[in-house]
Amino acid sequence: MSRVGLVTRRSFLLGAGLAAGGLTLGLFGDEASAADPPAPGALGPGLAPNVMVHITETGVVTIVCARSEMGQGVRSSVPLLVADELGAVPERVVVVQAVGDKKYGDQNTDGSTSIRKFDDKLRRMGAVARTMLVSAAAKQWNVKPDTCEAIDGAVKHAASKRSLGFGELVKAAAKLPVPDEKSVVLRPWAELRHVAKERLPLLDGHAIVTGTGAYGADIKVEGMLYAVVARPPVVGGKIAKLDKAKALAVPGVKKVFEMPVPGKPWGHQPWGGVAVVADSTWAALKGRAALEITWDHGANAVYDSAAYETKLLASVRAQGTAHRTVGDVDAAMGKAAKVLEAEYLVPHLPHLPMEPPAVTAKFDGGACEIWAATQNPQLARTEVAKVLGIGEDKVTVRVTLLGGGFGRKSKGDFSAEAAFISREAGAPVRVQWTREDDLKNGYPNTVSAQRLRAGLDDKGRVVAWHQRTAFPPIGTTFGGPPEPSINDLQQGVLDLALDVPNIRSEACRAEPHARIGWYRSVYNIFHAFSAGSFIDEIAHARGVDPRDAWLEIVGPARKLSLEDLGIPKLANYGESLDKHPVDAGRLRGVIERVTAMSKWADRKTSGRALGLAAHRSFVSYVGVVVSVVRDERRKVRVDEAWIAIDAGRVVNKDRVHSQLEGAIVMGISNAMLGGVTYKGGIVEQPNFRDAKIARIGDAPRTIHTDIIASDAPPGGVGEPGVPPVGAACANAIFALTGQRVRRFPLLAGVKV
Amino acid sequence: MSIKLRVNGVERTLDVDPEMPLLWAIRDALGLTGTKYGCGEALCGACTVHLDDQPVRSCVTPVRRAVGRAVTTIEGLSPDGKHPLQQAWVELGVPQCGYCQAGQLMTAAALLKAKPKPTDDEIDQSMAGNLCRCGTYTRIRAGIRKVAGGQP
Repeated sequence: MSRVGLVTRRSFLLGAGLAAGGLTLGLFGDEASAADPPAPGALGPGLAPNVMVHITETGVVTIVCARSEMGQGVRSSVPLLVADELGAVPERVVVVQAVGDKKYGDQNTDGSTSIRKFDDKLRRMGAVARTMLVSAAAKQWNVKPDTCEAIDGAVKHAASKRSLGFGELVKAAAKLPVPDEKSVVLRPWAELRHVAKERLPLLDGHAIVTGTGAYGADIKVEGMLYAVVARPPVVGGKIAKLDKAKALAVPGVKKVFEMPVPGKPWGHQPWGGVAVVADSTWAALKGRAALEITWDHGANAVYDSAAYETKLLASVRAQGTAHRTVGDVDAAMGKAAKVLEAEYLVPHLPHLPMEPPAVTAKFDGGACEIWAATQNPQLARTEVAKVLGIGEDKVTVRVTLLGGGFGRKSKGDFSAEAAFISREAGAPVRVQWTREDDLKNGYPNTVSAQRLRAGLDDKGRVVAWHQRTAFPPIGTTFGGPPEPSINDLQQGVLDLALDVPNIRSEACRAEPHARIGWYRSVYNIFHAFSAGSFIDEIAHARGVDPRDAWLEIVGPARKLSLEDLGIPKLANYGESLDKHPVDAGRLRGVIERVTAMSKWADRKTSGRALGLAAHRSFVSYVGVVVSVVRDERRKVRVDEAWIAIDAGRVVNKDRVHSQLEGAIVMGISNAMLGGVTYKGGIVEQPNFRDAKIARIGDAPRTIHTDIIASDAPPGGVGEPGVPPVGAACANAIFALTGQRVRRFPLLAGVKV
Repeated sequence: MSIKLRVNGVERTLDVDPEMPLLWAIRDALGLTGTKYGCGEALCGACTVHLDDQPVRSCVTPVRRAVGRAVTTIEGLSPDGKHPLQQAWVELGVPQCGYCQAGQLMTAAALLKAKPKPTDDEIDQSMAGNLCRCGTYTRIRAGIRKVAGGQP
């Protein structure tokens, strides 16, 4: 049972009219402590040794959450890590959502970084405040600080049984010098009282289930109008002819105007097009439908997914740029007893957060305030300032709850667009994206082809591994070259542990015709799918158990150096190899765990069609097994899944489990159903009818999740669960049907 | 045009286009933002509300069709936020981002009202119209089972 009450907490959003200005507040405590939440910016006297922690004289601890909540549970995790280090009582903690400001450090909630990049920093913020409170108490009692303990919201001196609440110490502590955060002593991890142990409550749970949580579209400010934008359907397209008369005639429509035309590179710029501003969302939508626009689609109108596939395959059939070289692949292939090869294709994957982008902007007197469902408030601030031509100090970005992000909301386009519309409309405006807008004007995951070849010796051992990957990298959206770089190949190509004497991995060219963006797990999705499928193919070609093939190809437990990997450098998700090595032992560990969980060895006798895959990404390791069964309507369906993660130390176990459950479902959407295609440069799937994602019946009835206990530094959690799911599904389909499907969506390739 | 609605037990008068979808009337005109927009074509269920206890997709329901009927939104599902499903959702940690959950809860509440002990197949069938991109389906099913009195 949690020591934090599960039902009574609440979170709420202060209205824009308050001086505090619409920050999302959350309370871990009950309604008694909710009675007087300190208003951010007006927290009053207290101890505020840094930008993250504030303690009032009544003992209320306010902790700033600088990262965006999009379902990963960051607001229920990060503040409690600080509070635990401090020694606070969770019931007396108030969580304040930060505005976009560099003083908080990197706020881009992306790359599975919130814990792995900030756990030490956050704990030090709490430890600084604790050190000051303990010093103040020790001084008052005339005892040594190291004989005192900060626990349960008080400093205690066990020998004399004295105790002072944090609030009572605030005044004295605030007069002490603030210690250097690098010098403060952290509690041993095992001694943290709440995080990593008990079931932590969902900070925003009550708000969510009662409909009071505020998302991007839920902000209302005085005098606000509503807008939608008719954006060019093709990247780089612009208006050739516009007649706005009929739109202006729609009752409720106030203004119709053209947006600035973006130039290359597209980056975070708004898409251009025509803004329709009205007195309701409905009037704006009707106005937009009445616009008469002839588009000049521009150069990307040539984009046709079927034709493009031929180009991608041609690219991986020719030599690319080698970024990983061990031994001599060509010589080894020449001597191999058997050579296997296979090509894999993965289409663009759209983010499809349930909440399409939505932003409220208020431009007034040369300053701009926005309320945005953004993963990256500092970037939004920069882009808003840029589009308005004002200083960043004149821009305030307030972060709402995000109705899903998955990388889409790391972009600045929708924030900048709303700010521009507010200025042109001369009023505060909420800009609502429709689902069609989201699909048509998104930043989808890139499209890719992979070619893998393996040379086997006469005993079946893999003696040569040759991999080519082609995809337009995200860098192309920002003006970079149309070939994956060595840094792009960190995602599952360069860091793939292989016990193979000859390896070559090559990057191949691919021209972009869409705005490519980050999507949960990014390039790992197709690299894990191709490598994970290919290992299964090797196993079946040799007639060995796929689990044994995995363990043999990954090789014995060891940490691989750059030299072992055959690479000059490894981006390693911004982490050093000392702290986060490429550890074959941990990859083996998740394979062994997940195959034990799923009773892999009994699959023949139990008559189950299981598929296995494993992958390292965001410096964490994940193994997945899925079971598939025949299904009248869907052909095949995943009926049960098992997933094990080794992410080092974890803070909020329940949210790690929930991320893994979600990763299985999103992985199924990606692999079995997913993807969008282009014709004439336009996305061919306008809404959920065609852009398919898993519904409840497509998701397994049971998902078993497991977290490997570890003292290793924390790795990512939000993304690493997704990549192995694709290959696990493909391998299970092979086990069930004997059909090897090498492209997403897998269900389209299964014959019944 | 003046339209009279009964929303969460309260009489409201709106001056809106009678063809305006109930979703936008609820959100923009009444300021009840718990009901969410997700697709506009009754494909995702995020906008689900009850019309006389029946779950409907408010994004494709013209506001005129709600005249003379009881509209219930997530804000009115229970007086104190303690509908058994709301409690189960919090206790089991069902939500991730939470955006679809108002729609999920409204659909689930209608299901349990019509069928207090649904089978797993019946749950899947009734909830099929409600998408969740975070993938909380196993916990949604567990929440419904818990309230129905079975094992979560």
